[in-house]
Amino acid sequence: MKIVLLFSALIMGINISTSAQKHITRSGRVSFNATSAKSSEKIEAINNEAAAAINTSTSDVVFQVPIKSFKFENALMQEHFNENYMESDKFPKADFKGKYSSTQALTKDGTYNATVNGNLTIHGVSKEVQIPGIIIIKGTEITLNATFTVKLADYKVAIPNVVSDKVGKESVIKINCILKKA
Amino acid sequence: MQSIRKHFFFPLFLSSLLGISVPALAQTDSTDDLSNMLAESSGKAPKDYVYASFKTTRLINGHSIEQTGKGILDFKISHRFSTMSGGVHDFFGLDGATIRLGLDYGITKDITVGIGRSSLYKEYDGFVNARILRQTKNDDMPITLSYVGGMSITSLESSKLLGRSLVSPEKYPFSNRLYFFNQLLIARKFNNLFTLQLMPTHVHYNFVNTDSEPNDIFALGAGGRIKLNRRVSLNLEYYYQFNQLTGTSNSLSAGFDIETGGHVFQLHFTNSMGMTERTFIGQTTDKWSDGGFRFGFNIARVFTIVKPKEFSKSGEKNW
Repeated sequence: MKIVLLFSALIMGINISTSAQKHITRSGRVSFNATSAKSSEKIEAINNEAAAAINTSTSDVVFQVPIKSFKFENALMQEHFNENYMESDKFPKADFKGKYSSTQALTKDGTYNATVNGNLTIHGVSKEVQIPGIIIIKGTEITLNATFTVKLADYKVAIPNVVSDKVGKESVIKINCILKKA
Repeated sequence: MQSIRKHFFFPLFLSSLLGISVPALAQTDSTDDLSNMLAESSGKAPKDYVYASFKTTRLINGHSIEQTGKGILDFKISHRFSTMSGGVHDFFGLDGATIRLGLDYGITKDITVGIGRSSLYKEYDGFVNARILRQTKNDDMPITLSYVGGMSITSLESSKLLGRSLVSPEKYPFSNRLYFFNQLLIARKFNNLFTLQLMPTHVHYNFVNTDSEPNDIFALGAGGRIKLNRRVSLNLEYYYQFNQLTGTSNSLSAGFDIETGGHVFQLHFTNSMGMTERTFIGQTTDKWSDGGFRFGFNIARVFTIVKPKEFSKSGEKNW
C-alpha cells in the first residue's frame, strides 16, 4: 500500500515537471524615452541586455534590467544618467516580478493580449503596477511586448530645475523580449 | 538480514522521490524560481569599469583620464582673463581675454584626438589622449593610465617671437615655432567623492631664448576633484617644474565643474594664461602670491557624429 502511494506520487511528480513551461532570455530589449514635449533634445536609451523569464504553467513573469546597459546616443548623457539620475552603483538593476493573465489559455501558437500584475522596482523603489502587453507564441519561442509609462517622481528619480524643460516628468518604456524554451 | 534490506531500499526511494518532486514543488512557488534562474551566471561577467572619475576630459587646464566617447565631437570654448590685480580699472581682469577654441573627437572609447587654436601666441595645437589601463570596480586594476601627447605651432609674426634679435625675420626657421609635450595621466577614483590624478610631463621647446635655459622641461602635475554634491565638484590642479625657463612659476588652478544636464561648465581661477601644455606648464609667469591669478572658464558642447550601434539601424525602434 505504501509502495503504491509512493509510486503514484512519483508519477505525479514526473507529470508536473514535464508540463513545466519555462522560457528565458538574457538579450531582451528595453528602451525608454523621457524626452520632454517642449524639448528638441532626445532623452532616450536602448538596452539589449535585459533578462526575462516566463513560466506558462504558473503564469509567473520576471524581468531584470541592468541599468548600466542602457545606451544613449550621447555618452555624456549616459554617464549622467548612471551617476546622478539612476545612481546605478547603488541600484544596479531594475526588475519586475509578477503574474500575467490572459482571457485565453496560452496553449497554441498565436498572439494573445495579456495583462501583467506585479511589483516594478526602479531606482530602489518598488511599486505595484498593472501593465497591458502582448504575448506571442510561436513554436518554442515566446515574445513579450509591452509599452507603458512611468512617472519618474514615483520612483524618486530627481530631475533638477535646470533640466526640467528637457527631461519629461514621465518616461515611456518599451519592452521587446524574445524568450527561448529553457 | 531483513532489517538491512529495509534500510537499503528506504533511502533509495526517498531520494528518487525528492529528486523528481523538487522541481514540481518549485513551480508552485512564486516568481523566486524564475528570479533564481535569471540570477544563475550566464557565463563570464563583463568587466565592471569605474566610470565618472571626473566630470569632463579636462581637469582645469590640462587633460583628465576621461575620454570623449566613440563618435562624439566635443566643441570646447575656453577663456582666460587678465589677472585680478588690475583691480577695478581692468574690471578685475575681464577687460583682457585670451581664448582657445577646440574640437575633440573620440575615435574609439579609448582614444581621443583634438585640435585647437589659441589667441595667445596665435597658436595651433593638436593632441592624442589614449587610455592604456582602466580602473575596475573590483580593484583588479586599481588605476586608470592614459598617455597624452601633442604638439603646437605658433603663427605669430616672427618679429614678435623669441630670438628675434638673433636672426632676421626672413630667416626665422619654421622649426623654432614648434613645441611638443608627452604626458602620462595616472588616476584613481577612491570613492564617489574623491579622485586623484598624477601627471608626469615632458615639454620640449625647439627654441628657447638663451643658452642657459633648458629645451626640455620636466614637471609633475597633481590634481583631483572632490564632489560637493551630485552636480558640482571642486577641482585642483598643480604642476611642479623640476627645471624651468627663466622668470616662470608653477601653474596652480582651482575651480568648479558644474554639470547642467548633458553639459559641463568649468569655472576656475588660475595663474596661467595659456591653455596649451607648453604655455601653462612651462611658461606661466604670474604668481598667486602677487595677486597674479585670473578668472577663466571652459564650456563645451557635444555632438554625436557616429551613433552607437543600438541607434544606427533605422526603423529598428519601431517594432
